[in-house]
Amino acid sequence: MVNTKHVDYMNLDSLFSTEELQVRDLARSFVEERILPVIEDCYEQGVYPSELIRPMGELGFYGCNLPEEYGCAGMNNIAYGLITQELERGDSGIRSFASVQSSLVMYPIFAFGSEEQKRKWLPALATGEKIGCFGLTEPDFGSNPSDMVTRAEHTKFGWKLNGAKMWITNGTVADVAVVWAKTGEDTRSIRGFLVEKGTKGYSAPEIKKKHSLRASITSELIFEDCEIPEENILPGVEGLRGPLSCLNQARYGIAWGAIGSAMATYTAALEYSLSRIQFGKPIASFQLQQKKLAEMITEISKAQLLAFHLGKLKDAGKVTPAQISMAKRNNVAMALNVAREARTILGANGISAEYPVMRHMNNLESVLTYEGTHDIHTLIIGAEVTGIQAFK
Amino acid sequence: MKIAVCIKAVPETDTRIRIAADGRSIERSDIKFIVSPYDEFALEEAIKLKESKGGSVTVIGLGGDEVPAILRDGLARGADDAVHVSSAGVATDDPLIVGKVLAAALKQLGPDLIFFGKHGVGGDNQQVHAVVAEKLGMPQVTVVTKLDVTDGKVRAEREIEGGIEVVEAPLPAIIGAQKGLNEPRYPKLQGIMQAKKKPLATKSVADLGLSADQVGDAAAGIRITGLSLPPARQAGRRIDGDAGQQVAELVNALQNEAKVI
Repeated sequence: MVNTKHVDYMNLDSLFSTEELQVRDLARSFVEERILPVIEDCYEQGVYPSELIRPMGELGFYGCNLPEEYGCAGMNNIAYGLITQELERGDSGIRSFASVQSSLVMYPIFAFGSEEQKRKWLPALATGEKIGCFGLTEPDFGSNPSDMVTRAEHTKFGWKLNGAKMWITNGTVADVAVVWAKTGEDTRSIRGFLVEKGTKGYSAPEIKKKHSLRASITSELIFEDCEIPEENILPGVEGLRGPLSCLNQARYGIAWGAIGSAMATYTAALEYSLSRIQFGKPIASFQLQQKKLAEMITEISKAQLLAFHLGKLKDAGKVTPAQISMAKRNNVAMALNVAREARTILGANGISAEYPVMRHMNNLESVLTYEGTHDIHTLIIGAEVTGIQAFK
Repeated sequence: MKIAVCIKAVPETDTRIRIAADGRSIERSDIKFIVSPYDEFALEEAIKLKESKGGSVTVIGLGGDEVPAILRDGLARGADDAVHVSSAGVATDDPLIVGKVLAAALKQLGPDLIFFGKHGVGGDNQQVHAVVAEKLGMPQVTVVTKLDVTDGKVRAEREIEGGIEVVEAPLPAIIGAQKGLNEPRYPKLQGIMQAKKKPLATKSVADLGLSADQVGDAAAGIRITGLSLPPARQAGRRIDGDAGQQVAELVNALQNEAKVI
């Protein structure tokens, strides 16, 4: 009898430490016991399972690779990757929540914030008592953030913010938004601001009617003469390096997360193929289905090895943004292809909410585009190998 | 209060068991070991007691290479230190021998309260905690679903046929935990990190002052001589037709094939 649940063809488990396996198993149990029973309903109804925000924080899932002195777990990047993998095995929306909180909100406050900002926000964000969001993308500027139009003007009270941000995960429910705005004309003037919920001139309406990431809150952020106190500017960074370094953290997590999604759809397809009888035998007996399963597990295994190596480089402080781009690009496209192949193995059942396949497939259409589109990552790799940037 | 919890590493409960080549043990490669589920209630109760009344919790596990990982899990949930009692030279088929070894390890610790799960999943002998109580001369209460510890005694509620029995015993005492005693917590990531720094001692039977003729194969009263899997189930049969035909065929099958009605 084959073990369909544990997707580890290349015995990667033998390379993980005891702690890393403990963390992986913890996240896996949490997803199986708390997320999977509710996620199909949440997806159908278009709501985030908000009752799980605090429990995930209590376990230490948010900002788990940041230091213990700020209430975080101080884990390495392999453990962080394994958590995102397991969360996305549940749903990309759950993983997105954790990625935003960890990589796009806690990381910049940790890396670029003042000591007061760190003390004020990191422990509360770690437990999930406070929720954060990240505003970089605008309605008219996605792949090209350099031309953002959101502006911060220095006043005698602090800063006055005008502009809008788009496709912001958690925007509507966030207690704090990390917002990037130009303080002058060129990209070097880009600064990060902590905009707190309830600030006059700040609103965050939810974007409804989505066909993807339905179990996730997506919002627009609007700033109309929004006054930000001086102490809410992130002092430690200027220019695009600020937001791009956050994206590198998040993209790293996505490279692992996508594997989790692929594990979910591959497992569903494998189990279905073993139990679905046609022409008097399980469809797993037929060569066409075996070819699909063989290719799926091969691609998942390659993605696992890529993510593992990336994690080792990251822990050694040697990883480059272009390497992270390759892993994000490859692994998300891999997961989408695996979901599509899984759908064909499940036949008509593949579109049913009885199985997780179509939900994952739809979610991955967002993951393919956000945090640097598949195409932009292609051009980052192109620039890395040719020395010629194609997107400027 | 000094609390000890004995936990056992058992195969994950949905594992497909295969019998090893010797025909009397299970194939251990490919098996993922977990804390025996009833031991999780024992551990949780111990940690809750420590949190409310202070003191320390020591987790103890007897076995081979599979044990340190489950002890780390206990440390991650809040235990303070751990003891791995090596099963090398121990006739683990016999619960009397296992109880004897654990009693020796517990005697060295001198706890006020000792927790076990009401039984270890897999072997299902339900004997070890009773043996330990006998060896240490302590009272034991098992199948416990509610526990209070005050003024040097325990007051335990235990499940009996059709009701609840309330039992009191003086400390030190041994408790066998039943499902319902509490809701075991997940370990936290911070706990997993802290567990790395907590002490985990390894002890051999010699360290416990025991010799091979006391706990080895020669001392064992029982020995497992064979294991077999239950016979494979036959495939089901689907009954087609309209409702009337289905009922008729089902009744016929129950009467004449299964012979149950």
